Amino acid sequence: MAEKGGGGIIGVDVGGTFTDLVQIAPDGSLKIAKTPTTPSNQALGVLSAIETVGADLPAVDLIVHGTTTTTNAVLERKLARTGLITTRGFRDVLELGRRTRPQAYGMFGTFRPVIPRDLRFEVEERMLADGAIHIPLDEAGVESAARALLAAGCESVVVHFLHAYANPAHEKRAGEIIASLWPNDHITLAHEILSEAREFERGVTAAVNASVRPLIERYVEHLASALGKRGYRRELLIVNGNGGMVGAASVGQEAVKTVMSGPASGVMAAAWTGRQAGITNLITYDMGGTSTDVALIRDGEPGVSGEIEIEYAMPIHVPMVDVRTVGAGGGSIARVNAAGLLEVGPESAGADPGPICYGRGGEAPTISDANLLLGRLAPPPGTKGAAEEADALRARVEGIFAARLADPLGLSPVEAAEAVIRVANTHMAGAIRMVSLSLGADPRDFALFAFGGAGPLHAAALARELGVPRVLVPPRPGITNAIGCAVADLRHDFVRTLNRPLDAVDEAGLHEIIADQRRRGEALIGRESIGVKEIRHLHSMDMQFIGQTHLLRVPLDGPAPTRRELQARFESAYRKRFKVELPEIRANLVNVNTSVIGTRPPLDLTALIRPEGRKESLGEAQTGRRPVRLNGRWHETPIYRRDLLPLDARITGPAVIEQMDTTILIEPGDLCVGDRQGNLVITIGGAQDGA
Amino acid sequence: MALDPITLGVIQAGLQQACDEMDLAFSRAAFSPVISEANDRSDGIYSATDGALIAQGAGGLPVFVGTMQHSTRILIEMIAEGRVAPPGPGDIYIVNDPYLGGTHLMDVRFARPYWRNGEIFCWLSNTGHWPDTGGAVPGGFSASATAVEQEGLRLPPVKLFKRGRLDPEIHSIICSNIRVADQRIGDIKAQAAALDVGAERLDHLLDRYGDDVVREAIGELRRRAGAQMRAHIREIPEGSYNAQAFIDSDGVVNEPLVIDLEITRKGDLLTFDFSRSSPPCRGPMNSVLATTHSSVYLAMRHIFPDVPISAGAFEPLEITGCEGTFLDARYPRPVSGCAAEVSQRIAEAVFLALVEALPDRVSAAPAGTSGNFALGGHDPARGRDYVMYQLSGGGYGGNADHDGLTNGCSTIGISKAPPVEIMEQNFPVLYHRYALREGSGGAGMHRGGFGIEYEIELLRGDARASFVMDHGRFGPPGVLGGGAGAVNEVTVIRGGRRHRPEHLSKEQDIPLSPGDRVCVRTPGGGGYGDPARRPRHLIEEDIRLGRYSPNAAKEMFGYTPEE
Repeated sequence: MAEKGGGGIIGVDVGGTFTDLVQIAPDGSLKIAKTPTTPSNQALGVLSAIETVGADLPAVDLIVHGTTTTTNAVLERKLARTGLITTRGFRDVLELGRRTRPQAYGMFGTFRPVIPRDLRFEVEERMLADGAIHIPLDEAGVESAARALLAAGCESVVVHFLHAYANPAHEKRAGEIIASLWPNDHITLAHEILSEAREFERGVTAAVNASVRPLIERYVEHLASALGKRGYRRELLIVNGNGGMVGAASVGQEAVKTVMSGPASGVMAAAWTGRQAGITNLITYDMGGTSTDVALIRDGEPGVSGEIEIEYAMPIHVPMVDVRTVGAGGGSIARVNAAGLLEVGPESAGADPGPICYGRGGEAPTISDANLLLGRLAPPPGTKGAAEEADALRARVEGIFAARLADPLGLSPVEAAEAVIRVANTHMAGAIRMVSLSLGADPRDFALFAFGGAGPLHAAALARELGVPRVLVPPRPGITNAIGCAVADLRHDFVRTLNRPLDAVDEAGLHEIIADQRRRGEALIGRESIGVKEIRHLHSMDMQFIGQTHLLRVPLDGPAPTRRELQARFESAYRKRFKVELPEIRANLVNVNTSVIGTRPPLDLTALIRPEGRKESLGEAQTGRRPVRLNGRWHETPIYRRDLLPLDARITGPAVIEQMDTTILIEPGDLCVGDRQGNLVITIGGAQDGA
Repeated sequence: MALDPITLGVIQAGLQQACDEMDLAFSRAAFSPVISEANDRSDGIYSATDGALIAQGAGGLPVFVGTMQHSTRILIEMIAEGRVAPPGPGDIYIVNDPYLGGTHLMDVRFARPYWRNGEIFCWLSNTGHWPDTGGAVPGGFSASATAVEQEGLRLPPVKLFKRGRLDPEIHSIICSNIRVADQRIGDIKAQAAALDVGAERLDHLLDRYGDDVVREAIGELRRRAGAQMRAHIREIPEGSYNAQAFIDSDGVVNEPLVIDLEITRKGDLLTFDFSRSSPPCRGPMNSVLATTHSSVYLAMRHIFPDVPISAGAFEPLEITGCEGTFLDARYPRPVSGCAAEVSQRIAEAVFLALVEALPDRVSAAPAGTSGNFALGGHDPARGRDYVMYQLSGGGYGGNADHDGLTNGCSTIGISKAPPVEIMEQNFPVLYHRYALREGSGGAGMHRGGFGIEYEIELLRGDARASFVMDHGRFGPPGVLGGGAGAVNEVTVIRGGRRHRPEHLSKEQDIPLSPGDRVCVRTPGGGGYGDPARRPRHLIEEDIRLGRYSPNAAKEMFGYTPEE
């Protein structure tokens, strides 16, 4: 172990536009940096963020990193050259998919497989569904396929045999043969990544793993060595899509788990912040420039799914934080359709040229522009101080709104802007409702956790629309993902498929499965070099009525449930979810799930907003007033600076709170109260009964 | 007071949300995998007076676009005429009669009035595909039925739920006439609960905006959807457009059936005249009128996906001349092929007719068959009977922007095919191959997508194989100079001898013994534009990837390798 230390923890997250960093010293003092992301080599942006905070790298105790290296590689298909070796007759599985089309209506659309057809080789071998060997492995065939792939320039290879989840012997043997001649260790055996039936989903997951493995390894090695040169002596940890972390040295083996690393860390930060604030049921609402990410946190635990599809026909079936992307972002474009109705999105002005109000040549009216016209959003910082410039920009936005929206609708530009916000909120609320319902939750039982640049501006209106009683705005909504890196736990997820009628499940056998999952997770956590405060276990069962295909996840209290308890918990969960009772039919136990979590020592994040900068009274935190359009009329609205607010601020809407990374809107009738961690909690309609 | 467009948009979203939540509730709680996995179901809201479609769930199977407005209208009429008992609070009707605004017997519809202050404000209705409704063959897809009685149990509209309670007598009649009856209680409860979800959301919407405002909005939205469709219709140059689409045979008489369609655009109306199509047929390839209409609607929605599904959108589409043809079958004509196959040929005829007028919006013909292969038998190792379905996709047609998609699902469906590993877990079969069908995409500047080929061996016990497919006689046509996709091919290897069905794509109950094999090659999509205009590097890429042999590339694209 390195002797120096005491420099604290650094969390650093690479987003689409910005690289965010937070450094937390042991005494609770904090440093924050936001630098432009460097897409071709994300490490440059990371290093520049570290320089910005002036971190003393030899003293830093830990760096935890969230990266979109693999996400971008998959979405842009900028993958390592990778070959597939598979069962004779099945090389096209990766290209054929499951017989779908990109959208329900419209016969257009294309699909590009992860591995092209000329790099997909077949060998003689066949397992049956029960794991019996039907055709022995053609070992010479494996060797010649591997040589051919090398000759074709492949640097990574995936072996994917039918029914290998039932009997992996052939995949293992093929792996040995390939290892004897392959020049590196970029060999992926599909059953090791995912040991479940469904050849397309397992195949794509494994093929993605193989195709991003060299990329993430190179990236992490490069970054680790650059950090080492600057004196960093500890381990570099990477955030996985399941919200846990993995050491840089072992990130490659399960490289596919780093896909969705960024969104996962945001949700982990939300869960952490919620637990600190005593609000443990949250819907996270991360509204950015082009899209909005939504996830559910129940009892302080983010939902994890093993069935995420990151784009059309691209399933990644390893446990990942279940983040869904819905509808609109600040750059979503509004238009009047042929029926004379206002539509917002799905087209987006993106980051370039962006909304009109960015002043970068954007010509299309967006949600952000509507917010500007309504006084909800101040002109962007580039134009601050130059009043004429701000007026000119506003006039320009107004002109475009008049021509494109207001005139066709028979409204004034301001009314059109209000309409854009109302329509966008309606659709976002509907989409959030569908996400929560599809996960079996009623949004009214949750609080909204608003972050991302645009989240806190819309959150109160959405909460009202959804019947959500409260909104939680963390101290630094714009660097939530970096905070998620800093607070992430060590985490390992295990799934064992039983698929057996509950009545036929052997209780002792079931308890042994769970105990084994716990032992394996604890062993993995024990191997990491960083300290954990305690080890927690989460257990759940995926169940269904016999004959159904969908599963219902039933959480458990402990590792030794009885059959009777499982039946009762399942029936009660089913009744709650579907309002249906089915005493006629028995239950099926499909999956046994265990997560083993190494909880990190507590961190003090109250200094995310500098305590000494806070003022004594609300009046001192107020920077001015401006007219803000709300509910069809202008309100002369006080503007506050977030970092000046007293910790125990109590603000009745309407009010606008501005900070470097976001703007918070408090609507008339709502009450906003600061808590001890520096969060703001908005109670919808709270002004009437609260104040 | 006239409604402002914003309130209108918000109410539209609210109605849509109610339908989407019904879809979700139905799928999630259903037992039948056809519903829960394949989403072979649909939920919607219908007018109290004439059953006109107000809103329908976005996740519903496309073939159900508009069908329930027929069944709901007929139900309302039958109640008014005293032929069906009038509804009371908590009543839900069940009906699957194809001739009363349906599809095939397996599509079972529930309808429930939505009450407001003692009056019916609107109807909520949904359709779910049950795995079996009795009849000669398990699953209901007989390739050779000659009367509807052979296809299964036919239910007129009757109250399955009375005052909120399931009627045990009707339930027991149904369950005594269908296979795997023990799990249907789960589907029945799921289907009814989905309607309750819709009612709850409507309560919320009406309480918030007021009954009169919502009623007015429904009328205005209907008018505007019509205006939107009319605006699109005006993109089509005035005139008449003709196309024919062929069904291999009806499964009984081995002759092709023709859908002869003339589309005329006059003003902002589009007329679809089917009068020169074949007369009603003996086998199950008849369509009922509701399905014929919905096939036209879904084809138009594939072309103009932005128009909401609403009765208003259908108003400028006038469908005529079906009477006396196989597209308006009457009792007792067999109809089990209408939803899966005939519907796709109708959509194909619409695409082919309109592609010259709308070359940027319409593709060449897609594979257009559900590729239904059913294997029923006894598995001696497990001591039980089984019915296995292998549905498969095919190539989509090329289009103005790009090549057609490979292995797309049926035009009228949105469901996924089952994984090979799951099929082998559940049934005594072994897949030797599940592969891209080389050479099957029709030639064109943008070629058709590829079909698939699979070969299955029966491992244990005796079984019977049945096929209800299409495009075995003629491949999916290319357009604007493009070539046709490859035809559907079925080969059965029995006792080492190859057998081709006499009707090419349809045959019922072919006996199989262990070791026998079934090989199916599904159609590729039609090509778009002159193949000579396909860039050389794309042809070479297809050759390099083994999608076409050099010979095929020469024949189909006129490609010659450089010296």
